[in-house]
Amino acid sequence: MEIMMAILAGFLFSAATYLILSKSLLRIIIGTGLLSHGTHLLLLTMGGLGGKSAPVVADGVTVADYVDPLPQALILTAIVISFGVTAFALVLAYRTYQEIGTDNMDYMKGRGEID
Amino acid sequence: MKSNDLILQTSTRVVFFIIFLFSIHIFFAGHYTPGGGFVGGLLMASAIVLLLLAYDFKTVKEVLPFNYLGMTAIGMLIALTTAAGSLVFNVPFFTHWYDYFDFPLLGKTSIHTAMFFDIGVYLVVVGITLTIIEMIGGDS
Amino acid sequence: MKLINLVVLPIIVPLFIGTVLLLFRKSLLAQRALGLFGAAATLVVSLFLLAKVAEDGIQVVTLGSWAAPYGISLVSDMLSILLVATASLLTLLVLWYSVYSLGEKRELSFFYPATLFMLTGINGAFTTGDIFNLFVFFEVFLMASYVLIALGGERIQLRESMKYIIVNVVAAALFVITIGYLYSITGTLNMADLAVKLGDIGSMGVISTVAIMFLVVFGIKAGIFPLYFWLPGSYYAPPLPVLALFGALLTKVGIYSITRVYTLIFTTDVAFTHDMLMMLAIATILFGSIGALAYMDVKKIIIYNIVIAVGVILFGVAAFNEVAVTGSVLYLIHDMLVKALLFLMIGVLIFITGKTNLREMGGLIRHYPVLGWTYLVAVFALAGIPPLSGFAGKILILQGGLEGGFVWQSIVVALSTMVVLLSAIRIFIYAFWGAEKSFNSPPKAKYVNRMIPVVILFVITMGYGVFIEFLMPLFQATGTQLMDSSLYIDAVLGGEK
Repeated sequence: MEIMMAILAGFLFSAATYLILSKSLLRIIIGTGLLSHGTHLLLLTMGGLGGKSAPVVADGVTVADYVDPLPQALILTAIVISFGVTAFALVLAYRTYQEIGTDNMDYMKGRGEID
Repeated sequence: MKSNDLILQTSTRVVFFIIFLFSIHIFFAGHYTPGGGFVGGLLMASAIVLLLLAYDFKTVKEVLPFNYLGMTAIGMLIALTTAAGSLVFNVPFFTHWYDYFDFPLLGKTSIHTAMFFDIGVYLVVVGITLTIIEMIGGDS
Repeated sequence: MKLINLVVLPIIVPLFIGTVLLLFRKSLLAQRALGLFGAAATLVVSLFLLAKVAEDGIQVVTLGSWAAPYGISLVSDMLSILLVATASLLTLLVLWYSVYSLGEKRELSFFYPATLFMLTGINGAFTTGDIFNLFVFFEVFLMASYVLIALGGERIQLRESMKYIIVNVVAAALFVITIGYLYSITGTLNMADLAVKLGDIGSMGVISTVAIMFLVVFGIKAGIFPLYFWLPGSYYAPPLPVLALFGALLTKVGIYSITRVYTLIFTTDVAFTHDMLMMLAIATILFGSIGALAYMDVKKIIIYNIVIAVGVILFGVAAFNEVAVTGSVLYLIHDMLVKALLFLMIGVLIFITGKTNLREMGGLIRHYPVLGWTYLVAVFALAGIPPLSGFAGKILILQGGLEGGFVWQSIVVALSTMVVLLSAIRIFIYAFWGAEKSFNSPPKAKYVNRMIPVVILFVITMGYGVFIEFLMPLFQATGTQLMDSSLYIDAVLGGEK
């Protein structure tokens, strides 16, 4: 299972890298989204897979059955943050598109260029 | 752009309330089982997004005339004030408190300060999601 | 009555007032008044906390009353509270300056709330004792800085903020990955607990790897070589008050984080990790120097001076003895003050001339003597000429470096002083001396308005240099706390007080 997760995370990372290196702004943002998904999978795997039930007190569930709740809490936090950042990046990309009239990073050079 | 999708619009009228009630359910379920203000808020936000998909922006703004940014701020203030209650009682920040109460109809139930915090979270999530969507989609 | 929540206040006061500001987004008066009030209130509570920490030692709050290694602890030791107080002070003065200089449109597009949220994140990052919580506070101030860097939405700002966001998103992903590795090794995220557990494990290849990964993550924020590539471009774009905030505060959070993890957590394999840090610090100084000398643009010159200072401070941390670390902290606070001061002065200069290129300026000294002479003295302070504020820190860093046997590295640091002096004094020579060139000659009242916060900051910075003798006990306590990690660990894990 850990091997599968590692391969999946690696696949997400490679796809994210490919997308971030492309020229279209929208693809770059999707790439950052994939990157954070890969990160979350890795974090989940790092916390240790296994455990059968949610870490909530209930009848017939002993401590040994619990999944480690900490990586899940961390991932939830990280998801919220990446949600916020992605949303902001999308708004910014939209504004950029309105202002400059392109989403191609190559054409964003030019006027206002630093000497 | 005036969308004219009869099936979507008709079903949205029903589904919207189902999602809305479910989000309230998830919100209250969050005290002892998985759920809570964040998930509930996201469900509510997605219900409003469904409305936006079925109808146009103006209609939804007429039906739900909220200032979503203000909603975010008020939610944040509720959450922060609840947490800051610990300043008054001089216990470490975020320490929560609960007690059991008897309510008419509901019977004996517990009230946590964490619930007020979660109400704040709920409002923040709904508010911020719709603020973002308003920013992107509001002017087209 | 014992106030146990004092540590939390510098974090929640700006958060609370920033949130209230969101409700009054249309009223310029409310934005200005509440914005300044928020920063001032934060400064007051942090000074109060500073007095408390100086008197009673390290202050700890365990959030939600969850005991230390399980819950999140907020820890205020001398280093953290000194930085919190300085950050609050600078935010107040920069906000004051922005009231006169930013322009209504930008002031009403969430400038004040975003600045206060950024202060929340910065103070939180300085205070937290939990490595994942550090990530969360990083993201809080980064979100606010995204808003600030795009403030006004000019073409160059949009482009640079996009780059800035992408760099930081990648850094954030790396941060989470590193935390994941660390968690899988130790099973804890509390910094004090990490220090204990890693101390028990001892030196191990994978721990050094994680240490270097943290160096990369924080190095991107701090702008160390070769990770500062994004810094000159992104810092160039936003309006000047924002640039002053970024230059004075944001890179310093990265430096603080490196200092924290390299003095508290990763101290088992000093020969490898700290040598790596040392090499990077020296390279940072060298490349920063090249940049500072190469440009004729006033903003660029000061921005590259940030990079040089990062190298100098981290040199002290890498030397890893009490004298050098104390010097680093002294120099860190000095650098925050003087960089904010220089950026604000550059702001006035650009306001007067309407240009950023040095070649197009000249002869301002006759019309603006106050700005000219204070700028000259500020440059001397930046370079560390005694008795001004940079001197005490730099001399301690050099002394510590020589004690640690880093001879040629210390010589590089000493020589960098010359480069700093040369690069910054060029602005004085070109802009204030020489033949008079055309400038805007704006109304005197506007110039005076802008100069008030600048002169106040100037006086504070000078006072920090001249009266450093009285502050030395604070900094010596800081050095002791940083080098003796058991003080920090005992304060956090030693049970409830």
